[in-house]
Amino acid sequence: MSSSSPPGLASDALLNTFFNWDLIAQTFPRLITEGLLNTLVIAAGAIVLGVAIALLAAMLLLSERRLVRLPARIYVDVFRGLPVIITVMLVGVGLPAAGVRPFGTDPFGYAILAIGIISGAYTAEIFRSGIQSVDPGQLQAARSLGLSYLKAMRLVVVPQGIRRVLPAMAGQFVKDIKESSLVYLLGLAAGQRELYFIAQEEVARTYNSSPLIAAGLCYLALTIPMTYFVNHLDRRLREGPRPGPLPAPADPDLPKPPLQPAGTEGGGR
Amino acid sequence: MTAPRNTIGPVATSPATPVALRIAGLSKSYGTTPVLHDIDLDVRRAETLCLIGPSGSGKSTLLKCLNLLEQPGAGDIWLGETCLTAPHADVDAARARIGMVFQHFNLFPHMSVERNVTLALTSVKGMGREQARVVARRHLDHVGLAAFADQRPGRLSGGQQQRVAIARALAMEPELMLFDEATSALDPELVKDVLAVMRDLASGGMTMAVVTHEMGFAREAADRVAFMCDGRIAEIDTPDRIFERADHPRLRQFLSQVL
Repeated sequence: MSSSSPPGLASDALLNTFFNWDLIAQTFPRLITEGLLNTLVIAAGAIVLGVAIALLAAMLLLSERRLVRLPARIYVDVFRGLPVIITVMLVGVGLPAAGVRPFGTDPFGYAILAIGIISGAYTAEIFRSGIQSVDPGQLQAARSLGLSYLKAMRLVVVPQGIRRVLPAMAGQFVKDIKESSLVYLLGLAAGQRELYFIAQEEVARTYNSSPLIAAGLCYLALTIPMTYFVNHLDRRLREGPRPGPLPAPADPDLPKPPLQPAGTEGGGR
Repeated sequence: MTAPRNTIGPVATSPATPVALRIAGLSKSYGTTPVLHDIDLDVRRAETLCLIGPSGSGKSTLLKCLNLLEQPGAGDIWLGETCLTAPHADVDAARARIGMVFQHFNLFPHMSVERNVTLALTSVKGMGREQARVVARRHLDHVGLAAFADQRPGRLSGGQQQRVAIARALAMEPELMLFDEATSALDPELVKDVLAVMRDLASGGMTMAVVTHEMGFAREAADRVAFMCDGRIAEIDTPDRIFERADHPRLRQFLSQVL
């Protein structure tokens, strides 16, 4: 390859537009000190809100009564079906304009609400499928021991259902982190800027796309480790805590002091 | 609560020992398909009652009606003095008094063997964690599996899992144990240990209702054997009479197929 020919210049321009290291290095400090934290706040808020909504919606979706399922079904279908940008604008611009301002003029609250609502719709379906995949015998066994329906679900069925869908949930969390960038649409004050906003400002100022690469690296630094962490958790839960060697079984054979069952003291046979 | 009502009389032999569980006029349908027809049955205290019959005869459905895992369409179920089918009966409290062992064990795979046994002790009986652990160890020890207390059930063989399931039910100190084909899902060489535990329990005075295909067990361990076909109890008698002097044609046909 000759380095002085026109193709070389063109590739230099290409390289400079996306990988201007000076610009990337210049953007990184702001991305890390300001953007990363704000992105995390929005994403974590949306994830927590989404999971809370999803647990409730999944329980409703599992009801045997149509009228109980219906509102959850409508919620899930609507917010999975709408483009994210429409929901963000409806919540972040529409609500305050209509006089509903639970978060005042703070775009963070509206962004968390909007992304949480969307995330909840997807996560509800993930939970529902996970819970439904648990063998009905588990609920029967728990109920046969005297556990109430809610206790049986909370202690036996739901934990198993959620463990099964951990990888799918990791995918949803990745989406939530990425979609936190849509807060851009609502406008942010100084100190509130998240990763994408900061990068976009730099791009507008320099007409060079390298800051977007820098922001992208920051997103990847969040999403990839999280995926691997959840997958690791998934494996751990699947295999159980201590895979040590199996102990030798004792002989079940009797005679041992027989256990006295309740209510048999008097009447012999 | 009043004493069990006495309006139905077809319990021919009057029970010599008190009745642990009484079923009166029990019927059930799945949609329009009837599966149980007007069944009357007493399980006497400390007796082992085996339910046998061809598949689809309603044995398992009847057993699951006894602790209301299946909702009966009509009829009454009395557990001692408690009517389980009364409108506001505390079904959860009644279930805590009835142990059940399932064909597929249904151990909780996300908990240790010990936690499987302590779960209902702590969250139904309100027992402290430490005391529950002591109780669990005692019952696991009795089925020879105390050494497995910290393992996940998935690492145990089917026979071991079923013995844990028995320990889990017994830890609640039930008045009555229900066994729903407890050995049907086991490899032949694992059946023996589970049956040994059940035999020991029967001779120890536990009240048991056992749905089984193990005719040997029914013959040796049962006090009475009920033969079910087409959703009815066709014959109920001592194992001797059922196995040696069967005169019901369907029972003879069934026995000739399984023995």
